[in-house]
Amino acid sequence: MTTTILDPTSERTVAHRTLLERPTTLSGMTVGLLDISKARGDVFLDRLEQRLTEVGAKVKRFKKPTFTKPAPVDLRHEIASQCQVVIEALAD
Amino acid sequence: MSAEPHAVTPTAAPVLPDGLVVVVKQDCATCRMVVPVLEQLGASATPLTIYVQDDASFLSGLPSLPDADLAVSWHHEIETVPTLIRVSGGQETDRTVGWSRTDWEQVSGVAGLAPDLPVMRPGCGSKSVDPDLADELRVRFTGSKLRARRIELATLEDEMETLFERGWTDGLPVVPPTEARVLRMLEGTSHAPDELVAIVPPDLVEITVEKVAINAVMAGCKPEYFPWVLTAVQAACTDEFNIHGVLATTMPVGPVIICNGPGTQAIGMNSGVNVLGQGNRANLTIGRALQLVIRNVGGGRPGGVDRAAHGNPGKISFCFPEDEVGSPWTSLATERGITPGTDAITLFAGEGPKVIVDQLSRTPESLANSLAAALRAMTHPKLVIAFDVVLILGPEHARVFADAGWDRTRILAELHERTQIAGADIIRGAAGIAEGVPEGLKDQTLPKFRQGGILLVHAGGGAGLFSTMIGGWLNGAAGSQPVTREVTWR
Repeated sequence: MTTTILDPTSERTVAHRTLLERPTTLSGMTVGLLDISKARGDVFLDRLEQRLTEVGAKVKRFKKPTFTKPAPVDLRHEIASQCQVVIEALAD
Repeated sequence: MSAEPHAVTPTAAPVLPDGLVVVVKQDCATCRMVVPVLEQLGASATPLTIYVQDDASFLSGLPSLPDADLAVSWHHEIETVPTLIRVSGGQETDRTVGWSRTDWEQVSGVAGLAPDLPVMRPGCGSKSVDPDLADELRVRFTGSKLRARRIELATLEDEMETLFERGWTDGLPVVPPTEARVLRMLEGTSHAPDELVAIVPPDLVEITVEKVAINAVMAGCKPEYFPWVLTAVQAACTDEFNIHGVLATTMPVGPVIICNGPGTQAIGMNSGVNVLGQGNRANLTIGRALQLVIRNVGGGRPGGVDRAAHGNPGKISFCFPEDEVGSPWTSLATERGITPGTDAITLFAGEGPKVIVDQLSRTPESLANSLAAALRAMTHPKLVIAFDVVLILGPEHARVFADAGWDRTRILAELHERTQIAGADIIRGAAGIAEGVPEGLKDQTLPKFRQGGILLVHAGGGAGLFSTMIGGWLNGAAGSQPVTREVTWR
C-alpha cells in the first residue's frame, strides 16, 4: 500500500534570473559600497573606495543598520536606483 | 514516487430532509428495541427518514437510507445512536439521543409511543465516533481543506529514508506527516489551516497553520502542544527576536523556549529532574517543531544561511518549563509582564547550558558571589554588556536565597551589583589577552549585563546544589531581544 505524505516545505518556486552583463570597465560607473556594520568592515571598504576612485569610478557608500538583519527594502531600492555596480562586504 | 494535486473530496454537509430523521445501527440493542417506535412514527403525518450506519435488515422492511460511509453521521455530529432529529426548512430544530419516551414524544410531537417499552434506555456510540475509524473519517471528510502538496510514496519505498533523502529532517528521524496525522494535529487549535502565522526567515516565506502542523507532526508533537508551537513560531519570526540573525550568526546559538503557566503541567512538560535533558516528549518536540519550521519552510540550513562555527546540540530542540509550583518567587513570564496563571513562552537566543557548582555556600551573600564569579566569565571574561543570560536556579540554590528572604528583585539587584567590572581589568591587552573592551573604557566601571539582561528561572531536580547558565547572543536592537508572548492560538 502506498503512503501519502504532505510537503513540509514552503513549496515556493524560486525565480531564476539571468545575471546582468559584466561591465568591462568601472571607469565612469557609479559603484555602491555596502557596509554591513561588522567591525572593521569600513577599513576594507575605505581601501576599496580608494582603489575604485583611482580607476575612475564614482563611489557611493551605504550602510546597513545591523549586520544581523537583512538590509531594509528602502536601502536596497536606494542602492539599485543610484548605482550600476554594488559591492557588499560580508566579513568578520 | 510522484506528486499530484489532491483529488478534492466533497466536504459539504448533506442536507437533512424535513420532518423527522433517525440515525440507527443494527449493532445497538437500543436501536433494535425502538423498531416499534419507528413503525409508529412512520405511520404518523410527519415524514420520517431513517439512516442506517450498518445492516438495515433489523428494520423489518421499514424504508431507510444507508449511511455506510457515515457522511450524514459525521457532518451532523451524531455521537450516539439512536439519535432523533426534527428538521424544518433544512435546519435542525430539535434533537434527542438514546431512548427516552418523554423526549421522543416531545421531539416527534407524537403521543403514546410504544407503551410496552421501558421509560428510557441509553443509546450506543455512533460508528462515526469509533476511535478505530476517527482518523480515516477525518481525512475523508476534512482532508480537502489541506492545501499542501501531496507526495505519494511507493509501496517499496522506506518512508523514513525518503524523508532523510529529501533533506527534511534535522538529522534525526521524523514522523511521516500523513494527512491523518496532520488533521489530528490541527485538532489542537481552533484556527483555520490556511490562516497566516508568520513570515519565516531566511527565505521570508508566509507560513500557514497547516504548514506549522506538518512540521509539528514531523517533530513528534501531540495536538495539545500545537498552540505552544504556533506561539513560538510567531514569536521567533518577529523583528525583535530576529531569528534570521540567530540562524545566520557564526556563534553557537539557537532559540531557547522557556515555558510558563499551568498549561506546562497540563501538557506534561518536565520542569524537575533532568529538566534540560532527554526523556520528556513535550520539552523535546516543541522546540524541535520550531527548528523544523525554520529549516523546511524558512529554508535555513547549516552551511546555507546557518553559518554557526560550532553550533550546539540545543539547536535540535531547546525548550523547557519553569518550575512554578516549587518556586519561592514569581515566574519569569510574570516578571516580563504576563498575568500570573497565564500560559506564556519566552524566547531567548541562547547557547548550550553550563553548570555552576557551589555545594558549600549557605548564605545568600556567598552564593551570590559564587554565581557572579561564574557569570562574569560568560562568553569571555573580558567582554561585557553585549550578551544576556538565562540563569536557572536549581531548587537547592533557590532555597538558600528564599530562606534568607531574598526575592527575585533582590537576587537580581545583588547579582548585577556583583558583576560590575573595572574597565582597566578588561581593556584590550589587559591580563596579556588581546580580546577585551576598547582602551577608552579603562577608567570606567562596566556592568557585565545590561539592566534586564539576567533572566532568572527556577527549575531542576530537588537534589544538587547547582545552577545553570545559558549564555546569550548579541542583545539589543542590533541583535536579538528576548521575546515573551502569551500562548494564544488555542
